[in-house]
Amino acid sequence: MSVLSTVATLTASRTGRAEPLTTVRHQHLDEKPFVLVPLTLAGEACAPLAALAGTDPEHPTLLTVRQPRNRAERFRFAERLAALLLAYIDGCRTETEPYTVGRGKEKEERLRCRRAPQLLVPNGEGISYVRLLGRLTRLRATEGPYAVDQSVPTLGKWLTWFADLAEFPDSGVLLAMTRLLAANWATGQSSSEDSHLASLLAWIDPPEGSDGARAAREAEDPAVWPPAGPSTDPVFDRTLHELMTRYDEASDGRGREAVGRQIDRELSGQMLPTWRLMWRGVELLRELPEGAHVPGRWALDRRWFSEYAEYLEADGRPQARRDQAVRAARRLARLEDAVTRYEAQRAYDDPLVMAEYELTGEAFTGTVTARDGDRFIPGERPGSQVWRPTITLRTGTDVRVDLAVGTEVKSPARPGQEARILEVRREDDGGHAVVLQLKGGFARKRTPPAPPGTLAEAGEELTYTTLNPTAMPSALPDEENTPWTHGGPPQSYEPTDEDAEETWE
Amino acid sequence: MPSQQSEPPDNRLARLRGPKPPQPYTARKITALTANPACARRAVLDAAGVDKALLAQQVGYEPRFGQSPFALAREQAFHGHVKWGSYAELIRLLREQLSVPVAEAHVTDLNEVGGNTALHLRERETRRLIAHVASGQDVRLILDRPLLTLEVAGQTAYLEPDALTHRIGGKFHVVLIRSFAAIDGQANPTAVAETAKQAAVYVLALHRAFETAGLPAEQISHEFLLVCPKDFSNRPYGRLIDLRQELDALQFQLSRLRRAEDLAAQLPETATLDTARSADEISSSIEALDASYTPSCLSFCEMARYCRDEADECASPARLGSGVRNDLPGIDSTRTALDYLDGVAAPGEAEAEAADLLRAAARLRRLRRGAA
Ligand code: SF4
Repeated sequence: MSVLSTVATLTASRTGRAEPLTTVRHQHLDEKPFVLVPLTLAGEACAPLAALAGTDPEHPTLLTVRQPRNRAERFRFAERLAALLLAYIDGCRTETEPYTVGRGKEKEERLRCRRAPQLLVPNGEGISYVRLLGRLTRLRATEGPYAVDQSVPTLGKWLTWFADLAEFPDSGVLLAMTRLLAANWATGQSSSEDSHLASLLAWIDPPEGSDGARAAREAEDPAVWPPAGPSTDPVFDRTLHELMTRYDEASDGRGREAVGRQIDRELSGQMLPTWRLMWRGVELLRELPEGAHVPGRWALDRRWFSEYAEYLEADGRPQARRDQAVRAARRLARLEDAVTRYEAQRAYDDPLVMAEYELTGEAFTGTVTARDGDRFIPGERPGSQVWRPTITLRTGTDVRVDLAVGTEVKSPARPGQEARILEVRREDDGGHAVVLQLKGGFARKRTPPAPPGTLAEAGEELTYTTLNPTAMPSALPDEENTPWTHGGPPQSYEPTDEDAEETWE
Repeated sequence: MPSQQSEPPDNRLARLRGPKPPQPYTARKITALTANPACARRAVLDAAGVDKALLAQQVGYEPRFGQSPFALAREQAFHGHVKWGSYAELIRLLREQLSVPVAEAHVTDLNEVGGNTALHLRERETRRLIAHVASGQDVRLILDRPLLTLEVAGQTAYLEPDALTHRIGGKFHVVLIRSFAAIDGQANPTAVAETAKQAAVYVLALHRAFETAGLPAEQISHEFLLVCPKDFSNRPYGRLIDLRQELDALQFQLSRLRRAEDLAAQLPETATLDTARSADEISSSIEALDASYTPSCLSFCEMARYCRDEADECASPARLGSGVRNDLPGIDSTRTALDYLDGVAAPGEAEAEAADLLRAAARLRRLRRGAA
């Protein structure tokens, strides 16, 4: 939470309408996302109960488990979900494109898919559900007692892949709608209330003749807006419990089928409102322009996707029950890098996000008042001279500049150009004059004049910040060279019979 | 759950509640109380043993809590499973986790004392047994549903560790049975944290029992055994969880709770929390008790939606979450904050810094939104 979002929240609480927090969308939103609205049976660890799933807003596929206590029925659910999701994943693999990795001698050409799957769930619990369902299914055996269909463990491995990537803020393969929306809009309610999809959307997109505040309250009534899942409404559960009991006790096949259809109808009724909200959310997000770094991040997702698909074909062992120590440490380091890079990229792509850093003094904006395009300073070699132009920025009277002389900064306007603060002068009117020395970003030229556009013009308004979206990730030793103190070289995971074993009753 | 509670020494709280029997304090209620120690309203309602769900309903706010029949059935089945066959599963876990031969563990059911379920009898019997075990006359003993007491906001709360205490290696352990699963050895951290807080309540009550009996407190373990289903099965899984942090926090918070009677004494003589009385009468009495609403109330307090509307009405910044509240130090209403933003009111000296920052943020928002 920043003071800027506090102001947005305050404003929203007055107007009764959500306030934008961004000027662009920072996540890739696929043309054809796969939407999944799941429900689970209360009291159990991931007992799938029902789902609406698919890529067509008008025609969701209804999956239900009429008796979740029945193990075979649960896995039939997984099988049907696998049929949908694996077909969607395969569809993403039809076209590939070349790309290069590494530099110099290590340069290598590879292929990646032009598309990657994108899975959208209603909320954060939806992401946990994907992880749990992945765990439930990926270790199952396809032979022997309790054998499941081939597609079930494959589904599990993919779901686990989705859930693992979902922890990375720069990945868009598995996203929760409430988080997506709350990242772009501030409502006049608390963040815990924002995790309720219907009431969050009520603020962003209130029905005609109502306001967000009122509509959000109405949306809290589970009788009108069933919870977005995966947990069900306890009152609805009473109805369901009764139906399931009747289903179990039905004396013949026909009677049972009739009750079964009623169960399907009830479950569908619980999920349909959320399904519609999901697609309304997609529409609203599509109206936002995409941030400049988004395609790059999605390209990375496509690369992870292609690599995992290849791995599954070549090896196919499921993810371990738990991350082994070295791998967990590496993952954490990667995660930290991803967070820093993502935050910087967001600020570069979005002046409203950058404003948060301006407010804390980690960035400032000013107008170019002077420039010295022919400046040379002594180089490292004795007697040498290097070209280092300067520009002077004048800030407004109420701008905070908290950066010290010597600080390296960059500007989203010319991200390839390094700048260093030479001087910060407080002017009589309270504003600041900041002198910046520039290096690089002159279209490879090493002497003046600067090619047009590469050196800021007088009168240009520029923002400089310490954030750096291209900062190199911290280096970690190879897995083989990781000290034994950290658990030593990781053993690759070997599934055991015990993994596939579950006690069922 | 105990069906009765000792009458408060001062009958003020009992009079407020009216003729209905009091709702007992439970560990869950106590942890919720310490989660919002500033709330006088909740303190009085709980101390008086008022049925908060019914109360909320009477004033027009049906609480959105409730247990699913599926969840209930699952919980009962799991408890039954753990205790089945003379606690075979529990004994197995105790052996695994505490590595002691407890095959011959002796079990005493404290749900009743010779057919009598009266709380004070069960409590006395629990104390007697604890003293018996603590003095070493019986080495291995499982107590099923012992009854302990704890002083909370000036009231005596009767508590039943839904499970058992056990003496192993010279130490007593509290055992809690929960039906959320531990998947690959990891359970939902929020659920574990909540359980640990409740376990701390029981351990503290156990300390009290030891103190009264003049027994050495070193015999009480600061770890409790959490029993929950393993992976996706019904098989019990157990783990010892350290409680030192929770115990310190709980002790501190309990010591800070104001006496519920003192809070109740500030109410007018005519005040009532009797759910049988008219909504107006109850409402005005509730209003007279200071609340301290935060969004987290929605997850644990039956009165939450009532208090939320009240907080909305007086534009309390805390209703929007701690982020907003922290950004408005010294400013007690979002309306005032908006007035400062609009420049229609001037902040006082204490509020000036926060107001300036808000204005700077609002200015930047205007500028940068336009820049897009
Ligand atoms: S909901 Fe109301 S009564 Fe309950 S803890 Fe919060 S403020 Fe107190």
